[in-house]
Formats: sequence, C-alpha cells, structure tokens
Amino acid sequence: MDRNNLQRQVAQIRRSLIEQEFLDEQQFVQLEDLQDDANPNFVEEIVTLFYTDSTRLFHNIEEALTTRPIDFTKLESYMHQFRGSTSSIGAIKVKRECTQFKEFCLAENIDGCIRAFQKVRQEHETLRIQLETYFQLRRQAGLART
Amino acid sequence: MENGFCSPRNDTFPAGLRVLVVDDDPTWLKILEKMLKKCSYEVTTCGLARDALSLLRERKDGYDIVISDVNMPDMDGFKLLEHVGLEMDLPVIMMSVDGETSRVMKGVQHGACDYLLKPIRMKELRNIWQHVFRKRIHEIRDIENHESLEAIYMIRNGSDHSDDGHLLSMEDLTSVKKRKDIENKHDDKDLSDASSMKKARVVWSVDLHQKFVKAVNQIGFDKVGPKKILDLMNVPWLTRENVASHLQKYRLYLSRLQKERENDLKCSFGGMKHSDVSPKDPSGSFGLQNSANTQQNDVVNGSYRFSVNNLLVQNVDPNNKHEDESIVSEPTAEPERASNTSHLPDPHKTKNSQMVFNHSFDSLESEVNLTAFDSTIPTNYSWSEVPEMEFNQEHKPLTSVENGFSNLPLLDPPHHIHVDQLQSVSSTSSKPSSVDRGITGPVNIKPHKGEYGSSQVNCVTSTVSTTNSFQTKTIMVNDQALEPIYTSTCTMRTQGFNQSRITDLESTQRNQTLGNGSPFVSFDDELRVLFQGDCYGVDLGLHNVDFPEYNAPGHIDEVPFHLYDSLRPSYEYLCETAEFYNRSTTIHSMN
Repeated sequence: MDRNNLQRQVAQIRRSLIEQEFLDEQQFVQLEDLQDDANPNFVEEIVTLFYTDSTRLFHNIEEALTTRPIDFTKLESYMHQFRGSTSSIGAIKVKRECTQFKEFCLAENIDGCIRAFQKVRQEHETLRIQLETYFQLRRQAGLART
Repeated sequence: MENGFCSPRNDTFPAGLRVLVVDDDPTWLKILEKMLKKCSYEVTTCGLARDALSLLRERKDGYDIVISDVNMPDMDGFKLLEHVGLEMDLPVIMMSVDGETSRVMKGVQHGACDYLLKPIRMKELRNIWQHVFRKRIHEIRDIENHESLEAIYMIRNGSDHSDDGHLLSMEDLTSVKKRKDIENKHDDKDLSDASSMKKARVVWSVDLHQKFVKAVNQIGFDKVGPKKILDLMNVPWLTRENVASHLQKYRLYLSRLQKERENDLKCSFGGMKHSDVSPKDPSGSFGLQNSANTQQNDVVNGSYRFSVNNLLVQNVDPNNKHEDESIVSEPTAEPERASNTSHLPDPHKTKNSQMVFNHSFDSLESEVNLTAFDSTIPTNYSWSEVPEMEFNQEHKPLTSVENGFSNLPLLDPPHHIHVDQLQSVSSTSSKPSSVDRGITGPVNIKPHKGEYGSSQVNCVTSTVSTTNSFQTKTIMVNDQALEPIYTSTCTMRTQGFNQSRITDLESTQRNQTLGNGSPFVSFDDELRVLFQGDCYGVDLGLHNVDFPEYNAPGHIDEVPFHLYDSLRPSYEYLCETAEFYNRSTTIHSMN
C-alpha cells in the first residue's frame, strides 16, 4: 500500500515537473526510454552528470563575468555550452534564463548579464531540488533498481 | 567490386555500425552513447576533437561514421569535419544546440552529411546509417567508372598514336563497355548487398607513396597500370582499386607539375578574371548541368559547350590561333582535400596538356571517344593564365552534376579551373582520369601561334585540380600532345571564327586576371566573344547523363563516367550536334 502510494506520488511529481515546464516531456521521456537492465537508473545518472558538469561551466562563466575587461564573446560561448547541456535533460526554465543571458551578452550589458546569470542559477537550483526529491521518492517506492 | 573487406557486422547492417561520437559535453556524450547502443550500433565516445582524430588515424578503417558537436573547446567542429573528410573520408554528422541557418549551411559547406539539432531524437540517430550506405554506393560507382576508364586508357595506350588520332575504335569501346556491363551485373548484385561491402580506406602515407612512385617509375609512366604498380609495390593489404585511384590523382598531380613548367605560354587572350566564388561546397554536388537550372549553370553549360565547340572547331585556317578553344572550367575540389598526396604542388597550377585535334572528325570513333572521355581533359587555356582562375560567384549554384561532370565542391582558394568534361573529352590524349569532385577537366586551349596546321588544333588541356589528387593523363600527354587523340565528329564548319573574334577574346581575356579563387570561372565574357561567329560544336551527348551527387566531403571523387552508358550512335550524335549548335547560339545571348 505504502509502496503504491509512493509510486503514485512519484508519478505526480513527474507530472508536475513536466506541467510546470521544469522539464521538457519529450526529452525526459526519451531519457526514460533509455533505461534498461544495463542502466536502470539512467535518468538519475544523467541528471547527476549534468549537475556535476554545471559546476564547471558556472565557474567559467563567473570567471568571465568578473574579469575586466569583460569578454562578451567568451561569456556567450560559455553560456552556449551550458545551454547545450541543459538541452540534454530538457530543462526548459533554465534554458529560458540562458536565452535571456545571451540577450544581455549581445547587448554587452554587464549588469544585465550578472542578473540574468543569477536567475539561471536560481532555476538551476530549484530544478535540482525537485529532481532530487523525485529520485529519492522513486527509490523509496521501489521503482529504482539497484 | 571486390568485396574483400566484409566483416561480420556487415551481415546485419546497419546493426553494428561503428560510430565515433565527439562531444565536449559529458552529459550529451553519455546520452548519445546510450541512444546509439540502443540502435545496435558500436559506439566509441570522445570528449576531445584531437582525441577523436588520433583515434581515427590509429584505426584507419575502424569507424564507419563520425558524429561531432560543432562547438568544442580544443578544436572547431568544422575543422574536425574537414580533417575527417580529407584524411579518412568518412561521413560526418554535425550536432549543435544552435540551429541557425548560417551555422547549418557552414556545416554542409564543410562537408557534413547531416546536421542535427540538440536535443537529438532517437529516430534521427536510427537513420544515420543511410549516410554510410550512400557513400558506399557512390564508391562502387566510382570504382566501376574508374575501372572502365582504366581499361579504355589501356586500350588507348596500346594503340598506335597515329596522327590520325583514332584513339579507340568502336570495337574497343564496345569491349570496354561489355566489360563494364559484366562488372555492373556483378556489382548490381553487390549493390543490393552494399551494406556488406566495405571499401578500405587507405591513407597514403609518405612511405606508401614513395613505394608507389618507385613502382611507377620502374614500370615507366607510359605503361603504368594499377595492376602492375600493385604487384611491384608488394603491399599485401593494398588493393588494385586503391592504387588505381591513387594513380589517377598522381597523374593529375604530374600533369599539373608539367603544366607549370611549360606554362610560359601566354595565351593571347590574357588572363581571366574571376571573382571569388562561393565557399566550398564539400557536399560535392556541384557540377555542370546540362539542363541549366540556374543562370549560372546555363552559362557554365554554355561555356562548357562552347569550349567543346571550340575544340572541335578546329579551324582549318592556319592562322587560327587557339581562340577557338574556350575555357570552361569548373571549380575543382578543395585543395585541402589532397591531403593524401602530400607531394602535390600548389593546386592552383593548372597543368595543361596539349592535345592535337584532328580535322578528321568524321569517324564514329571520335564521337565515341568524346563521350567516352568525358573526364575532364583540360585544354590548355593558353591565352590566359589558366591555372589560377577565379570563378564568378554566380557560378556557385551549380549543385548537381548532370552532365557527368564531376561535382566540384566549392573551395576556398585555390580554385582550379576545370574544364568541363566536354572539353576533357576532346583531350583524349589524356586518360580520362577521374576527376576531382570539382574537376571536370579544365580545358585550356593553348594557342600555339602558328603551330596550327591547317588541320590541327592543338588543345592543351589541363586539369586543374585543386587537390593534387587527380591528374589527368592528359597531362602526360604533353609530349604526346600531337597524337591526334581527339577525333571527333565535330564538324569543322567553323568558318565563324576569324581573327577579329579571336582578338576580342584575347583582349577580354587579358583583362581578366587569374587568381586563386573560387572554383567558378565565369566565362561569360569570353564565351560571348568567342562564339559570336558560327560555332559548330560537337554535342558530346552528355546531356542525358546523370551523375550522382557527391556528398562526401572533401573526397575527391572520381568522375562518374556514366557517359559510357550514354554512348550513342553517331546518327543521334550528329543530330544532337545540330541541336547543340542551335542552342549554343542562344546561350551566347544569355550572357
């Protein structure tokens, strides 16, 4: 019973993640489809990988933001990399903020860039918490296989 | 085609397709790996472009296709694309989160056979095998054509080079065709099973090439043939096809060298000036179309024909300079592609071989020859500094080869002028070598001032190949330039040409400067000048030949000599000639 409940909750979280546009359904489903016996927790692995790599990319962006004179081309390039990364898990909201960031970059608006980057990080973190909850619950519900 | 390289995986093609994925994003790398594995492909991943290159170089025949991201920190994806195309000649798919048209276009220009947008879907990956398959099919065709040409060349070499200039008798060609047919039958069967066919990719290292050159020299350049070379080289894993294609490239290279040395001929027409042409079009489908799809095509076609006409229009007039000969050139393959042959010289140089055209163009053989040798046999564009010609931008849009002209990938400088095949046909002296993708045998007409006998037209053809890979045997013909290789049914009704025209052309040409440039030569002006008179030309009957598009980036494909299939009876041929003539005048006015 408990397990069923949990499983239902898991499904609910998943649904809400998609509906609230945290995650792109198509991409998420595709990732889920890749799960098999060899990689039963593939989605979680991917998400973990994404967040680990994000740290590196964020570091680059920060550095570029604080260097003077600011190199907008480089900044844009780093953000482009990060944006590519977000597409891997289909993080819609995060990607949106990245686009904003790019606009400020093109306009060479340093303040705008800094603000936009803050937003990117916020969304990034929000998503991470949601996904963490999701995966945890999933494990508890016995849906995750070891 | 020999199927000596079947590997077990081929039986279940496309399963087991060996894919190399290159992406600096570890997340995507992992996802793609998983996705490709799900397609039953054999996946190798790489986080760095240079790692990918070394992997590819190490295992020269270890991969079937490469998928690479566009933005990578250590190397631009496009650069990697070029390298792979040049060195390994594998199909490459580009990926990016950026789907901007300009980027995609750049990818295609650099030779990508596809451009995927991230996030990538499973169904897109499932289909990537088609690029491998397509390439193989093209390769089969190339080899077939190449072998036919080889045979023809052999026969030609074997026959006496009389001033009469009958290169190939009808019987000879028929036999060649028969041989080809037989091969075709055999290959048809193979084609349906093309998945199991695998062509080894040979990288011609310096050592290997040295062996090759040594063998060639030993045999004697005139008598070489792939089989002989292969035997002498004694490299067990090398195939006759490998040697054959390399031999072609080598010949082109030599002819270019020779032209350089001889290229002190200043044609009275001066140089040609062409603006830079569009960037390279590595997808390679670039060629002159018979049916002018675009204006430029028309022009090129026109010029193409004109050049043929010119060639044929050998004026009996002893004073006739080579003005008759028009230069039609096509951009040749990118020079970079010639990475195989490191010894190749600056691709800009056009090698001109001289060809003597006989008046006696009434034999069927000549007609046959013409069609048969559609390979670009460049005629020396003696009036102008042919070698480096810039092409007009307008000629850019030639994308599909329909005349059997090799597709010329547009190249960044240097561009070579390729004489379209019509002209190359005329230069029978040269073996119809396969042409670079972009080389259709530039026809350079060298005005041998005063050298022309009343019944001879000296055509110097040069194959401009940007990439050293191709050489037309025509070049070798330089010394044998006088062999009347070219006997065509060109009716020498060219009374139209007179000195004044020539002068016009000369001045036009002089005003043009040759330069390294885009592949396309705009011959509009010259043509106009050239063909103001009655120009009768021979319709080489290339109209109806279909040529496949070359997608392989940077790959110097050999000209698909489908022309063989289009050999027609002379009756038809002559009819076409008339038609051609009529059309040519129209084309004139196009400019």
